[in-house]
Amino acid sequence: MTDNFMVINNREVSFDPGQTILEVAGVNNIEIPTLCHLKGTTPTGACRICVVEVEGANNLIPSCSEPARAGMVVQTESTEVIKARRSIIRLMLSSGNHNCDIKDFDSKDWTQDQLRLLEGETSQELCPAWGDCRLQDLAFKYQVKAVGLPLSECEFPMETGNPLIVRDFSRCILCGRCVQACREVQVNNAIDFGYRGAGAKIVAGTDVSLKDSDCVFCGECIQACPVGALFEKKARYTARPWETQKIRTTCPYCGVGCQQILHVKDGTIMKVTGAGDGKPNLGRLCVKGRFGYDFIYSKERLKTPLIREGDTFRSASWDEALNLVVQRFSEIIDTHGSDALAGVSCARSINEDSYQMQKLFRAVFKTNNIDHCART
Amino acid sequence: MTNSFGEFSKAKMFLVIGSNMTEAHPVAATFLKNAVMDGAKLIVVDPRAHALTRFADLHVPIRVGSDIAFMNGVMNVLIKEDLYDKEFVETRTVNFGELKQTVLACEPEAMAKICGIEPGVIVETARMLAAVKPVMLCYTLGITEHTCGRNNVVSTANLQMLLGNMGMECGGVNPLRGQNNVQGACDMGALPNVYPGYQQVLNEESRLKFGNFWDVGDLPDKNGLMIPQMMDGLVDKSVRGFYIFGENLANTEPDIRKVEHELASAEFLVVQDIFLNETTRFADVVLPAAAWSENDGTFTNSERRVSRVRTASVPPGKAMPNWWIFREIAKRMGQTWNSVSAQEIWDNEISVLAPALGGIKYHRIEGDGLQWPCPTVEHPGTPVLHQNAFASGKGSFTPVTWTPPAEVPDDEYPFVLSTGRRLYHYHTRTQTGRCEGLNDLLGEETADISLDDARRLGVDDGERVVVRSRRGKVEVKARVTEEVPQGMVWMAFHFREGNSNWLTNPAFDPITLTAEYKACAVSLEKA
Repeated sequence: MTDNFMVINNREVSFDPGQTILEVAGVNNIEIPTLCHLKGTTPTGACRICVVEVEGANNLIPSCSEPARAGMVVQTESTEVIKARRSIIRLMLSSGNHNCDIKDFDSKDWTQDQLRLLEGETSQELCPAWGDCRLQDLAFKYQVKAVGLPLSECEFPMETGNPLIVRDFSRCILCGRCVQACREVQVNNAIDFGYRGAGAKIVAGTDVSLKDSDCVFCGECIQACPVGALFEKKARYTARPWETQKIRTTCPYCGVGCQQILHVKDGTIMKVTGAGDGKPNLGRLCVKGRFGYDFIYSKERLKTPLIREGDTFRSASWDEALNLVVQRFSEIIDTHGSDALAGVSCARSINEDSYQMQKLFRAVFKTNNIDHCART
Repeated sequence: MTNSFGEFSKAKMFLVIGSNMTEAHPVAATFLKNAVMDGAKLIVVDPRAHALTRFADLHVPIRVGSDIAFMNGVMNVLIKEDLYDKEFVETRTVNFGELKQTVLACEPEAMAKICGIEPGVIVETARMLAAVKPVMLCYTLGITEHTCGRNNVVSTANLQMLLGNMGMECGGVNPLRGQNNVQGACDMGALPNVYPGYQQVLNEESRLKFGNFWDVGDLPDKNGLMIPQMMDGLVDKSVRGFYIFGENLANTEPDIRKVEHELASAEFLVVQDIFLNETTRFADVVLPAAAWSENDGTFTNSERRVSRVRTASVPPGKAMPNWWIFREIAKRMGQTWNSVSAQEIWDNEISVLAPALGGIKYHRIEGDGLQWPCPTVEHPGTPVLHQNAFASGKGSFTPVTWTPPAEVPDDEYPFVLSTGRRLYHYHTRTQTGRCEGLNDLLGEETADISLDDARRLGVDDGERVVVRSRRGKVEVKARVTEEVPQGMVWMAFHFREGNSNWLTNPAFDPITLTAEYKACAVSLEKA
C-alpha cells in the first residue's frame, strides 16, 4: 500500500495529508453521523457520535478529529461502533427535554404518554424542532428507545427576553456547534461553554441574556443548532419543515449580496436561512439578512395608486394614475423640453427595474437626466 | 471591487480604511475576521475605534477627512525607503514621476500633523504594508463621502499600484458597496452619462447602437444631471417634472430643510415606492410597487456578481412590479416594449446590449451568480480584475493633494459630526423599521460622543443632548462610548427624529457630486 491510502469499510481509498477520517469518508460517500461537527471549524470531538473502530486502537476514535494515516483500517458501522452510538444517543435523550415521540418509542397510548411527559418538564411545549432534529434522526436511525429513562430537570429557564432568538436550555445537548458558529464562523465571540459537569451550560458573556451580551443577533447559532435548543422567535411553531417551499434568493440589504433560503408556506416567508455553500456568503447571514424579511407583510404597504387631492391623497386606478403621469410629463416636455424632466432610480430594486427606468427616460422622454444614489 | 469576497478568508493582510465593516457589511467582515484569526495582518485606518479595530494589529485613528494626507505620507515613506514594487511600477503603470514628485513633498511629519497622529505611525504603516504581499485594500463610504471623495479613491488606487497589489488574488482596491444593488443600478446605466454597460452617451456609436436597438431614432447627445443638480433644478425651474423611484430623498440627502424646500418646489412629482414615507408627502402621484421577493429579477453585489432574486409572495393589492410600471408609461407614450418579464428584459436586452454582461443569462445563474466581465456564455466570469493588464492598458498614477473638509470645527461649532449606518437598521428604516424585533434592538437615534467630551460637558450616557449645525438642530440621547475620539459626534440617518441629515452639509465633491456626509461642524450641549 502506498503512502496516501487507507481502508474504510473494506474499501481502499486515497486521502490528502491533513484530512480527517470523517473528511476522507465524506469524499468517498461513506456516511459517518455527526452532531457536534460544524464544517469549516476546528473539530471538538465533544459528542463522540462520529466514533469509528480503528484496527489496532484500544478505544473507539472520533473520526472528526483524527487525521487519516497511511495503512489505517477503519470500520464505521461495526457492532462496537453502533453499540457506542446507541449509548451516546440514549444519554443525550435522557439528558434533556426531548419530548418527541422518540422518547417513548414503544408507547401504546400516545396521548397519555405526552401528558405524562409534560408533567414536571421545564418547557411545556412540544419540541419546535420535531421532524427537523439531528438527534431525533439518529435515534430513529439507530432505533434507540429511551423508555424508562428518568427525565432530568433543567435548572436554567428558557430565555425569551429578546425579540429574535429563543434559547431553550432544556433541549440543549451541549454539542457546542453554536459556540463554534459564534466564535469560529462569525467571530462575534458572544457565547461560550460555561460552568462544569452537570451544571454545564452555553453562556453569553458572564452568563447574561443575549441582549445584555456582545451578541449581534446574526442567528448563526440557530442555523448551527442540531436540536430544538435555539430557535427563531418569529418562526417558532409557524411551520413544519416539510410544509415549506425553499426558495433561494439574494438579500435585499447591503452590497455583499448574501444568498438566502426563504422558507415559504402558503406564499408567506416563515423564516430565512443562509444558502449552504452559495457564494459569496457560504451560508452565513447577519441580523438584517436573517430577520429583516417581514416588512413586505406590513399593513402599511401601498396597495393602490394615489393621486393628490389638496393635503391628502385619494385612491385611483392604474389607468387614471398612469394617464395623469403621462399627461403631465408630456405637457412639461412640450412646453419646457425633455430636459425639464429628471428621475432618480432605486439602488435597492432589481437590475431589470433600473434598466427599464433609464430606458424610459432615454428612449421615451428623450433626456439623460437619470441618476441614482450611486456615490453614497 | 477589483477582487472578491471569496478571497477574504485566504488573504495575508488587509488595509481597511473608512469602513465600519462589522456593522455595515457584517458577513464580509466575518471572512476578514476568519483570515485574521488564521494569522493575517490587519491595519484599520479610521477615526473611530469601531468593532473591527479589536482585531487589528494596528489601528490608525486619523482625523476625519485626512485620508489623502495619510496615504501620501505612507507613499512618501515607501518611495524614500525604497519599499515600493519597482517591477510593477515599471511594467504596469505610467506617471510614476508625477506621483513621486507630489508625495515626496508629503513628509510624514507634516502629514501626521494633518492626521492628528504621530509621524512614526505613518512610517510603521508603510513598512508593514511593504512587508507582506499582496495586501487587500477595502474601503467604504468613509472614503467617498467627502468633498475630496474622488481624490480619496484615487489615492487608494495610487497606493495599491505603488505596492504592486493590483491584478492579483487577495489584493486590489475593494469598495464595499452600501446597497444591495447600487452596483447593478450603475451597471444598468441609471446614470446621467452612460448607457447600460458603461457605454458613454456622448459617444455617437453608442447612441446609434441604443437608438437602433430600442428602435427610437435619435437619443439625447449630452450628459444629464446628477441628483444634486436635479434638486437645484427643481428650485430654479429648469427641472419641472421629477420621478423618484424607491428613494427616500427627504431623509437621505444632506440638509433636510433644503431638500424639503427643493422637493416642495417640484411642479409635478411622481414617487414610486412600497410605503408612504417622508418623500411621498411632496408627491402628486404615488405608484405602489412590488417589493423584494414579490418579483423575479437580479441584484449585482459589490464583487460584480449577478445573482438571482426570486418570487416568494404576491404583491399586496394593486401593487405591480416596477419594470411593468415603466413599460406601461412607455406604452401610453406610444412605445410598446417587447419584454414582458424580468428574464426577458435581462436575457433579450441587458445582456445583449452590455458587452461585459453578454455571457450572463438567467439559465446560467440558477445557483451561484456570475461575476462580470463575462462576455460570452462559455466565460466563467471574472473574480479578479486587471489580472494581466489594466482595462485601459497601463495603470495611471494620478497624484492628489490633501484638501480639508468644506466645513471644519470653529469656536461656535467646535465638534466634527461624522455619520454612517448602524447594524440593526438600514437607511431610513422604511424596511427594517417594519420588521418585528429590529426596533427593539435599536429604537432611536443617539449622538455618540467620547468619554472625555461627556465628562467635560457633564453628560451621562443616555442623557439628552442638543446637536446643532449651521443648518439645523436635533435633540437626541447621548451614547457615551470609547469608539468615538474626543471632538467628534457620530450619528446615523435611520430615524426621522434626530436624523443626522438635519445637520449635514450639502457640500459636494466637484466631480462625483457626492455629499460630505462624513464631516461638518456642530456644537453639542446638554438638553
